[in-house]
Amino acid sequence: MEVNITINGSEHASDVEPRTLLVDHIRRTVGLTGTHVGCDTTSCGACTVLMDGTPVKACTVLAAQADGSEVTTVEGLKGADGLHPIQSAFTDDHGLQCGFCTPGMMLVGASLIAENTDPSDDEVRWAISGNLCRCTGYINIVKAIQTAAARVAESSNGS
Amino acid sequence: MFPSRFDLVVAQTVAEAVEAKVDAGEGGRFLAGGQSLIPMMKMRVAFPETLVDINRIAGLDAIERSNGHLQVGALVRHADVVVSDATFGAVAAAAPWVADPLVRNRGTMCGSVAHCDPEGDWNSVLLATGADVIAQGPSGERSISIANFVDGAFTSTLGEDELVVGLRIPVPSGRSGGSYLKLERKIGDYATVAVASHLELDDSGAIAAAGLALTSVNPINTKVADAEALLVGQQPSEELFAEAAELAAAAAEPRDDVRGTAAWKRQVVRTYTKRGLAAAAQQAKGS
Repeated sequence: MEVNITINGSEHASDVEPRTLLVDHIRRTVGLTGTHVGCDTTSCGACTVLMDGTPVKACTVLAAQADGSEVTTVEGLKGADGLHPIQSAFTDDHGLQCGFCTPGMMLVGASLIAENTDPSDDEVRWAISGNLCRCTGYINIVKAIQTAAARVAESSNGS
Repeated sequence: MFPSRFDLVVAQTVAEAVEAKVDAGEGGRFLAGGQSLIPMMKMRVAFPETLVDINRIAGLDAIERSNGHLQVGALVRHADVVVSDATFGAVAAAAPWVADPLVRNRGTMCGSVAHCDPEGDWNSVLLATGADVIAQGPSGERSISIANFVDGAFTSTLGEDELVVGLRIPVPSGRSGGSYLKLERKIGDYATVAVASHLELDDSGAIAAAGLALTSVNPINTKVADAEALLVGQQPSEELFAEAAELAAAAAEPRDDVRGTAAWKRQVVRTYTKRGLAAAAQQAKGS
């Protein structure tokens, strides 16, 4: 069946089987491999993408269900003027070790700070509670999301 | 992993969805949020031949109060329930504890109710609050009380071609309170034990109506009717709630598994019933 999904601002029209999962469509048909497949059972959040701005687990959405929607993957975070604040904050605060969960963590973080530029520790931990990290112990992930939020708040105050 | 092959019908209206389901026969399944069904299809424990996707149907995404009820449409996601101002008591308390934030963004309350997973949270809340499930099939719409809806593990009394189009949860007119206490190993896991409590108080402060239901400690979500009967007409007190907790613990039939021993789970039922009823009473007194 024909699906038309806008991924990181570009339209992708493709003929997919109904059983094609959104994550496989993004990785295999479109060729964007920044979205990872971890547990493949809706637990770990490595496959997180934003669907019309809302974080979802792309291993548990059919590509056909995303027809007509706007999807943002980790590749879509970077803007014309450089890295997204969440990306620079993860770099500066060492918010990753192996990097496998990082795309999902950054997308959830970006979605959180779009609504809340002063999230508490608890608010950040609540927001990322559907995403698993086996390396960092989460401390620097929480810190990085808060750093990014503070920088976004600062730049919007300054402008 | 990926599901076995199926045909996908994207319905635009409820009537179209029901018709597609009738055409698909026994091999047809409705698809809403898909947060239980898609994983089951990937693990090949479910292999529908036809999926009838209801996500594009307009008008099913409202959660609102109307005629003394909280009405929840078939496309209301768990995340919508979390942020809704229309919720109350046990419904509001349970919403943030369903699955995890990303699953809540997709999964629907009605889908979870229809799925009848005995470890699902919502059916206990509906049993405690005395809700009705609204189903639409080829011969029209009907209302099924939740106690008559939950029939077994993953089994409801829904007809073969009926779609759950909404829920009607009675909103108490007087002072009321509710809670949902859930013990889970980690966010997103099934409940090890959860207890839904609902209390309504009359003008004298006595309990006018009570609801109590258990998750994950029986083969199905279980209403503790004898505890409810005990509570009605009494003044809320620690002793009364302890007595109700004994009945809840007796109604639980937990099993030893990776989440804990049966004896320990029964003790959690006891403790959570006491705490849950106390929290509900506290909320009702302040309302």
